[in-house]
Amino acid sequence: MTWSATARGAQQPDNTAFTQQRLPAWQPLLSASIALPLFFCAGLAFIGLGLGLYYTSNSIKELEYDYTGSLDTGNCSACAEADQDGAPPPNCSCALNFSLPEFFQGPVYFYYELSNFYQNNRRYSVSCDNAQLSGFPSALRQPVNDCAPYQYGAAGLPIAPCGAIANSLFNDSFSLWHELPPSGPYVEVPLDRTGIAWWTDNHVKFRNPPLVNGSLALAFSGTAAPPSWPRPVYELSPDPNNTGFVNQDFVVWMRTAALPTFRKLYARIRQGNYSAGLPRGNYSVHVTYNYPVRAFHGRKLVVFSSISWMGGKNPFLGIAYLVVGSLCILTGFVMLVVYIRYQDQDDEDDSDD
Amino acid sequence: MEFIECCIDGHKYKGVTQEVGLSQTDGPLTYCDKADKNREELFLRALCLCHTVEIKTNDAVDGATESAELTYISSSPDEIALVKGAKKYGFTFLGNRNGQMRLENQRKEIEEYELLHTLNFDAIRRRMSVIVKTQGGNILLFCKGADSAVFPRVQNHEVELTKAHVERNAMDGYRTLCVAFKEIVPDDYERINRQLIEAKMALQDREEKMEKVFDDIETNMNLIGATAVEDKLQDQAAETIEALHAAGLKVWVLTGDKMETAKSTCYACRLFQTSTELLELTTKTIEESERKEDRLHELLIEYRKKLLREFPKSTRSLKKAWTEHQEFGLIVDGSTLSLILNSSQDSSSNNYKSIFLQICMKCTAVLCCRMAPLQKAQIVRMVKNLKGSPITLSIGDGANDVSMILESHVGIGIKGKEGRQAARNSDYSVPKFKHLKKLLLAHGHLYYVRIAHLVQYFFYKNFCFILPQFLFQFFCGFSQQPLYDAAYLTMYNICFTSLPILAYSLLEQHINIDTLTSDPRLYMKISGNAMLQLGPFLYWTFLAAFEGTVFFFGTYFLFQTTSLEENGKVYGNWTFGTIVFTVLVFTVTLKLALDTRFWTWINHFVIWGSLAFYVFFSFFWGGIIWPFLKQQRMYFIFAQMLSSVSMWLAIILLIFISLFPEILRIVLKNVRRRSARRNLSCRRASDSLSARPSVRPLLLRTFSDESNML
Repeated sequence: MTWSATARGAQQPDNTAFTQQRLPAWQPLLSASIALPLFFCAGLAFIGLGLGLYYTSNSIKELEYDYTGSLDTGNCSACAEADQDGAPPPNCSCALNFSLPEFFQGPVYFYYELSNFYQNNRRYSVSCDNAQLSGFPSALRQPVNDCAPYQYGAAGLPIAPCGAIANSLFNDSFSLWHELPPSGPYVEVPLDRTGIAWWTDNHVKFRNPPLVNGSLALAFSGTAAPPSWPRPVYELSPDPNNTGFVNQDFVVWMRTAALPTFRKLYARIRQGNYSAGLPRGNYSVHVTYNYPVRAFHGRKLVVFSSISWMGGKNPFLGIAYLVVGSLCILTGFVMLVVYIRYQDQDDEDDSDD
Repeated sequence: MEFIECCIDGHKYKGVTQEVGLSQTDGPLTYCDKADKNREELFLRALCLCHTVEIKTNDAVDGATESAELTYISSSPDEIALVKGAKKYGFTFLGNRNGQMRLENQRKEIEEYELLHTLNFDAIRRRMSVIVKTQGGNILLFCKGADSAVFPRVQNHEVELTKAHVERNAMDGYRTLCVAFKEIVPDDYERINRQLIEAKMALQDREEKMEKVFDDIETNMNLIGATAVEDKLQDQAAETIEALHAAGLKVWVLTGDKMETAKSTCYACRLFQTSTELLELTTKTIEESERKEDRLHELLIEYRKKLLREFPKSTRSLKKAWTEHQEFGLIVDGSTLSLILNSSQDSSSNNYKSIFLQICMKCTAVLCCRMAPLQKAQIVRMVKNLKGSPITLSIGDGANDVSMILESHVGIGIKGKEGRQAARNSDYSVPKFKHLKKLLLAHGHLYYVRIAHLVQYFFYKNFCFILPQFLFQFFCGFSQQPLYDAAYLTMYNICFTSLPILAYSLLEQHINIDTLTSDPRLYMKISGNAMLQLGPFLYWTFLAAFEGTVFFFGTYFLFQTTSLEENGKVYGNWTFGTIVFTVLVFTVTLKLALDTRFWTWINHFVIWGSLAFYVFFSFFWGGIIWPFLKQQRMYFIFAQMLSSVSMWLAIILLIFISLFPEILRIVLKNVRRRSARRNLSCRRASDSLSARPSVRPLLLRTFSDESNML
């Protein structure tokens, strides 16, 4: 008897609020009286936002033209037909004509779109060397194994930039021409090819190797261009600030897309007379058709789009907000009915007693 | 435990008077004469000698009178009560010294007896004996034990009076013991001594040999009297049993006490009520006929018929039937039980068992008395193997409950007067029986809800974590491209979503502890493993599937646009994954926040802390070109993502859509619960005096309980 009394407390938990489950607590109850106003408020807010988004999205203009053959808007089908067998003939140029019936509100962004191109394939998307792209000379000479089979060239020279992503760089080029007086000569619309990549990518993540004797070409000496490239990486652009690994086209391409159909920014139209937008009239896109897509049943498109605060044209967000907002209001009403019914029942029960 | 009264040679003694020490009380058993003075003294000596009590020597020996400080220690509180009872009547046990038992008699003289042998108590013999040598050299055997164990072993005269007395005491709920003695002539002792030593030294079958020797020795004794000890019900035992009943548990009492004692105890603790109809399967009801098994068979069939009449088979009317119809209690004793369980080899024995179980299932309360410890375990095992395999809980405080505690699913020991054997062998131990109520109804309920929620939540959060990854495979050419960055994959379960559920499963009290203890019917909500059945599991799974689909396709449709930024730049696949992941982390954490009903500061800290940590980590992880990483996938992804207004709107929308069904469910449940609570309180007010709340036999929870400590 006594020993059991003395032994007590040996294994007792501490007498704290935590171990004794006595912590003070806030016990909210999501009752109907709180939830109903919440539903109505949320519903109204969502509908408001949805309307805003929907109209914004509707006001955004988007034009897209497929130039992978079987189209009567230009003569690109010739190149595309040739592409059927493997690769288009070198420097196959063609033109894509279209006309704007009314003013295309700017600023206008010029995209290209590829479909059925799996940039998110696992083997593909790991096939690059971030150290090399950050300009480390050691990595330039010894690309990581992930880059294989685009790690070393035929002559045993390391490939720079290595890997499948870089090798498959999109190399069609475009220029946009405007028929200035109707049925007059075509005038080239200036395309701003800068500011199309993420600032952080272009300025931090991608760096050229240190120049040798002030020359980028020398810095890349001892390396080979990717097999599919017609020219080495340091000749991607004549602009010394936009060539090598920091070439913006290249940087944009290296950010692998999420879905097999994707768009990438090609240029911004914001200079000269076209800063406010594209005036009505006839236009022609001159395409240098290099990139083979027919082998994998892909298509290539050029896309002109205006951009607002919410980005490009995207009806999904607005519609989703409208639907959810309406659903909120609807459930709010249903719940109100349920709530009142129950309330009545309770009152009856109360009066019964 | 308290010594109440005794009976010497059929004369009843109760209370103490100053002059003589013993007095007689009025009552049906009162006789004009008292028992012979010598018999009285013999009886009291027997009480003083026949036990295994020891005296705790106090350290404070500085002149203090020893006798005033006597503290008795024994494994059995009954014996202490008896020794104290004898002390009240003038015979004080002073302890052992050098093998001499010393006691002080009524005349304040010290008597010394040499303790020759102790024939220890065991549950099968149900008695113990001591063999002592008086100062005069006479060798005496004193034996005390259960009436059924002593009566057959004494010479027959005078037994009847004592028997009646014992019965009466048992009806009053007292524990009775009979005391007998015999004088052993020295020649016989020589033989006995030799046999005992031989048996004790035996290397093989010692138990059997000892048993046989004991059996030989304890014969032809003379009955001196009987004692009655009150084993008081523990504080609030009746309330606890009632609460357990109301909670839908079936209470079985397994006790070693004799039937009458146990029955009255059961009435006292309201296991049986006056309206309960008792079905008895005891030696008494069966012994009358010459063929026990036939009689047993008859009884079983009869009881089953009766019960089936009361409870028609259709489950629909079952609940109704339960509240309206007669309640039944079953009493079965050890010998009958063994008859049922292993009677004969023929096929009917199996049949007996199944009929017996059917009867048990229909009864609100079952009392099993005169149980040997192993029989208790046998019963628990039997109940465990019932159809629907009910969960059993055993609670007991004595060493004889250990087998039962070990056998049942949940064993609870009470640290009490009978030592700690039970507590040591238990899964949980409590100091008092009444704590069982809080243990089961409050803590049991809360921990069940917590653990069930924990399990479901883990499946849920991992399912909606991996479903978008699965869906993504359809869009990446089945190339096993990870949707989430490696850091997110690693840290999702460890860092971002682990602590909130941990805090929840430690702290959640969806219903107040006070409410839970005061309304035992709430316990029925979780009976039958309600929260881990197929229904709730499917709900969680569908919820996770819905959310995973929303995460992925919401983001997918969002990406059907040229650009999501106002500067026209485009996002890649890692931004896609990060959006999905951000929505995912916020949704599963907020889902838990919606489920949490008990917000302590810890909950606030871990829930909001986890979200803040996720945001902080994402910034940090994407803010640096990590030199040890081969792939700088996440560089500035998160920050770039948050610079887009569309992205913010999309994330908020997707989180809201994902949580919408859950919010709806909770609000509807709260509306229903509120009205239900009102209805309940109304009903309770109207029929507060109604009978015991219904017990649903389909949700059978069996609970066996040891009345020894009640």
